[in-house]
Amino acid sequence: MNIVVALKQVPDLQQIRIRNRQPIFDDVPLTLGNIDKNALEAGVQIKEAQGGKVIALSAGDENIEDTIKEALAAGADEAYLVIDDQLKDAESSLVAKVLAAAIKNIEDVDLILFGEGSADNYSGQVGPRVAELLGLPQVAFASSIEVNGNTVKVTRSLEDCSEVVEVNLPAVITVLSDINEARIPSVTQILKAGKKPKEVVELDDLKVELPDQSPVKTISNLAPDSQRKKVVVKSVDELVKALEAEGVIGR
Amino acid sequence: MATVLIYSDKTNMALELLTAARQISGAVKAVTINDSQAAQELASAGAEVYNIEQPDINLADAAVAASVLAQAVEQLQADTVLLSSNRRCKEYAGRLAQIIDAGCLTDVTALQVNGDQIECQRNALGGATVATQTITAPRKVIAIRPKTFEAAAAGSGGSVNSLQVNVPPSAVKVLEVRGKEGDTVDIEAAEILVVVGQGMESKDDLPMAEELARKLGGEVACSKPVATDKKWLSEERVVGLSGKKCKPQLALLFGISGQVQFTVGIRDAKVIVSVNTDENASINQMSDYIMTADLKQVLADLNKAL
Ligand SMILES: Cc1cc2nc3c(=O)[nH]c(=O)nc-3n(C[C@H](O)[C@H](O)[C@H](O)COP(=O)(O)OP(=O)(O)OC[C@H]3O[C@@H](n4cnc5c(N)ncnc54)[C@H](O)[C@@H]3O)c2cc1C
Repeated sequence: MNIVVALKQVPDLQQIRIRNRQPIFDDVPLTLGNIDKNALEAGVQIKEAQGGKVIALSAGDENIEDTIKEALAAGADEAYLVIDDQLKDAESSLVAKVLAAAIKNIEDVDLILFGEGSADNYSGQVGPRVAELLGLPQVAFASSIEVNGNTVKVTRSLEDCSEVVEVNLPAVITVLSDINEARIPSVTQILKAGKKPKEVVELDDLKVELPDQSPVKTISNLAPDSQRKKVVVKSVDELVKALEAEGVIGR
Repeated sequence: MATVLIYSDKTNMALELLTAARQISGAVKAVTINDSQAAQELASAGAEVYNIEQPDINLADAAVAASVLAQAVEQLQADTVLLSSNRRCKEYAGRLAQIIDAGCLTDVTALQVNGDQIECQRNALGGATVATQTITAPRKVIAIRPKTFEAAAAGSGGSVNSLQVNVPPSAVKVLEVRGKEGDTVDIEAAEILVVVGQGMESKDDLPMAEELARKLGGEVACSKPVATDKKWLSEERVVGLSGKKCKPQLALLFGISGQVQFTVGIRDAKVIVSVNTDENASINQMSDYIMTADLKQVLADLNKAL
């Protein structure tokens, strides 16, 4: 059972500060997307139950060599990295193209896991795009995954119902964050992570060319203008009076 | 002029897309799949509807649904597709975009036409920022968050036509569909929200929040972990990036730290009150009234005072 888990390197969102509505990335460490870690955990659990190998796949700039250690510490057996400066913050369709080409280079892939959306952009397109590029079935928003031989039973959680579906392997699955609790690696696991096998390739190796122009243009990216009063109130009485004066209670 | 095709598996959301599409173009075509009732409702709102009546289409298979929609795009010569950004259609969006070689944006929360550009707003950096983006590729797939637009009202000039597609074989077998348990609360419609976070230590304190919501004529909502980890409340009540975007008159937040994935769902509230034991909780930076206190005590006092 070879399981590929695609993980995106993102800035640690908790540490981004906003100044004049602009996000400030200075000194913000890079990490892997939160839901991606749940996808990894799902893959590692399947491997632990059934045997096989978990391959952590990522496309990005040179920093991913370091960032991917988090995945290797948390149970991935090896890493497959596509590194190019153009892949930093690359648009979803481009990333999908690169990941699909990489997966074609990995032998005997049975299952490809993604988070339902990346931690920063959360657009949820890359998994479905990769599935289409590879001609594979997909199930998104998985809240449980059960592999039985060459089929997989997945619970897809929608807003108003959940569906239990079955697909043949290989397949692409995107997971919800509540599918599991991602493990926190021990110190020894972190130390060992650096020694696990890593294959690093470039776009040329995959024969992928990226277009000059991205199909999506970002015009602006600003924190919303929020002017709040920030009045400290000392007692419930004071609070009730203030809310009455605002006209939001006791009407 | 762009020809805009709209599709949602939910009729009310399709009617919202109709409103959105009309802001982009006069040439709007609505697709319905095995749903003649939705076709009728859209036609009654004045839409030119193309109903695909082929029962072997498996909508639980995104590969099949995306192929069907891609064929509709070709046959109807559309260049822009609007989908609802509920999970079902969001799952189709990327796959459809890949088939028709389109640029794609999902979870769009506002849309503005500027010349021949469709400027879309969506949350970025986990909700810390709002990005304005536009698809420069000739073909576009845009998935719009439910309730971003009003549903189109009744109108004249609608029609229902039929459309035939090749149905690819499905690789997804549906074994079972389970309804979610009956919490049908609509926190987006509430004028007042009492929002409970992980600062609430015990489920036994929840009735105090419910009592307060009742007294104020509002609803109880929560942060994500309260629903998904603790399972004290249903996911219907989650505020935030993966929950609901709410615009109440008043939001009373109890034991919420204020991470962006949460605040994105409440920042459009008129008045925000934060009750937190930590005077430096980041939620205080975006609150109108700040009380540094134990939520249990404050809930009890509020219930007494009101
Ligand atoms: C992709 C993604 C999507 C997400 N989507 C959402 C989403 O839609 N909605 C959402 O809510 N979260 C979402 N999250 C999770 C989010 O990042 C936070 O983990 C979550 O919002 C924190 O919830 P909280 O504020 O209730 O809990 P905590 O962060 O644990 O904060 C608890 C607060 O309670 C205070 N407190 C403790 N005891 C008391 C007391 N006795 N009285 C008063 N105050 C007290 C503490 O000081 C603290 O500030 C998402 C995360 C990711 C990665």
